[in-house]
Amino acid sequence: MELKQTPLYEKHLEAGGKMVDFGGWELPVQFQGIFKEHEMVRTRAGLFDVSHMGEIEVKGEKAQSFIQYLMTNDIEKARAKQVQYTLMCNENGGILDDLLVYKYSTEHYLLVVNAANTDKDYAWIKKHAPDDLQVEDVSSHYAQLALQGPRAQDILQQLCSIDLQEIKFFYFHPEVKINGYPCMVSRTGYTGEDGFEIYLSPQDAPRVWDAILKAGGEDVCPVGLGARDTLRLEAKLPLYGQEMNEDITPYEAGLGFFVKLDSHDFIGRQALQKQKKEGPERKQVEFVMIGKGIPRSTYEIEKNGKTIGYVTSGLHAPTLKQNIGLALIDQQYANPGETFDVLIRNKAVKAQVAKDIFYKKKTRK
Amino acid sequence: MDIRKDLLYSDQHEWVRIEDDKAFIGITDYAQENLGDIVFVEMPEVDREVEAEEAVGVIESVKAVADLFSPVSGTIVEINEELEDAPQLLNEEPYEQHILVVSMSELGEADDLMNADDYARFCEEEEQRG
Repeated sequence: MELKQTPLYEKHLEAGGKMVDFGGWELPVQFQGIFKEHEMVRTRAGLFDVSHMGEIEVKGEKAQSFIQYLMTNDIEKARAKQVQYTLMCNENGGILDDLLVYKYSTEHYLLVVNAANTDKDYAWIKKHAPDDLQVEDVSSHYAQLALQGPRAQDILQQLCSIDLQEIKFFYFHPEVKINGYPCMVSRTGYTGEDGFEIYLSPQDAPRVWDAILKAGGEDVCPVGLGARDTLRLEAKLPLYGQEMNEDITPYEAGLGFFVKLDSHDFIGRQALQKQKKEGPERKQVEFVMIGKGIPRSTYEIEKNGKTIGYVTSGLHAPTLKQNIGLALIDQQYANPGETFDVLIRNKAVKAQVAKDIFYKKKTRK
Repeated sequence: MDIRKDLLYSDQHEWVRIEDDKAFIGITDYAQENLGDIVFVEMPEVDREVEAEEAVGVIESVKAVADLFSPVSGTIVEINEELEDAPQLLNEEPYEQHILVVSMSELGEADDLMNADDYARFCEEEEQRG
């Protein structure tokens, strides 16, 4: 199958991006190097092309009650121009996707979904939608950039028609001109730093990309998927397909905060009510390696020679300089201080369950 | 890309420097560039006997896990312990950092390795293959 390219493909080649196949998209895994890019985002700013993300628009009188029915979080609580992180579950409470809901009004929403799930999500949403509701996959109408890091606001402000201070954490502004080009801008991101996500027309994207890099000068660099993953994981932000899938529930994944059982009825609620009452059999834990080795996704975890779970994500954390990970394991072994073995190339390497060892997010409240 | 004239090379992108019967083995600039930021080196045990082209260790970068092969047969007599705490040295100065030293049992095996010119051509071909 031919790989899809974003509107910034040529820009990535010009910048020396090392291109890879990422779920059918040809995207840069790195430019100068993953560590260098990671550090830039933690200390200054980095610019990401996330145009592969999917966007689904929901419009109509019943839009709000429909979103309530699909999602675990309570969208009624969100105000206009607020962004809400939420989960979409199946009847068993398994997670179909994690997504952002942009609330324009009670009758107009934009759902930003994982690229690999866009078709699946769209089909699911369409299947459940009432006839008089407008549901459209508008992914091809949008390019998406993310500018992240402590210098992000100063850089973007130079090009902006509005005062960016007005956009609070997890809010958006639907009509911002960046260097003259119309954009929707939210104070959101996937790095643990302050920053913005910018939605705009694909044809304007290369010029806005250039303008941001120029405005930022030495304080900004393009960042690839490699550092996107180390940044999100170091800040303990979950990734669909690793921390979540259709067989993992929000309670198992440690995302119970985003499930509002008492506020509304939604698909999967019954199963989740039951699981909450009984307590999930598996739990996500943070762990740190005691023995030498780097934990990686899918590595098995054993206790006294018996499999008790697996690593969902792991890494050598660039900022923390530690080998750490997230694992899904039997709940009886999930208490901090508990030790287990991670199987690395068939060798048992000791690790310990821990708490709050990941990077403390620097997002603005 | 840096290729040193005074070294020999394997098709797995290891370099070899021979001093008497000892082979100092490291990874090339091409190898470290392709791996990206190296974060872990798993070393073999000293005194282990190895055959040429046998996997003797593992090099992990942020994104990749790669086997390290010994291009020659013999006994491992030394490992570079500095790399266990500072694996990034393999990115910074690949030719100054050997990973292990093998006391060779078949001195003739050095003739099977590539010289710098042959290795440069080999890398070009790898690049073209993608």
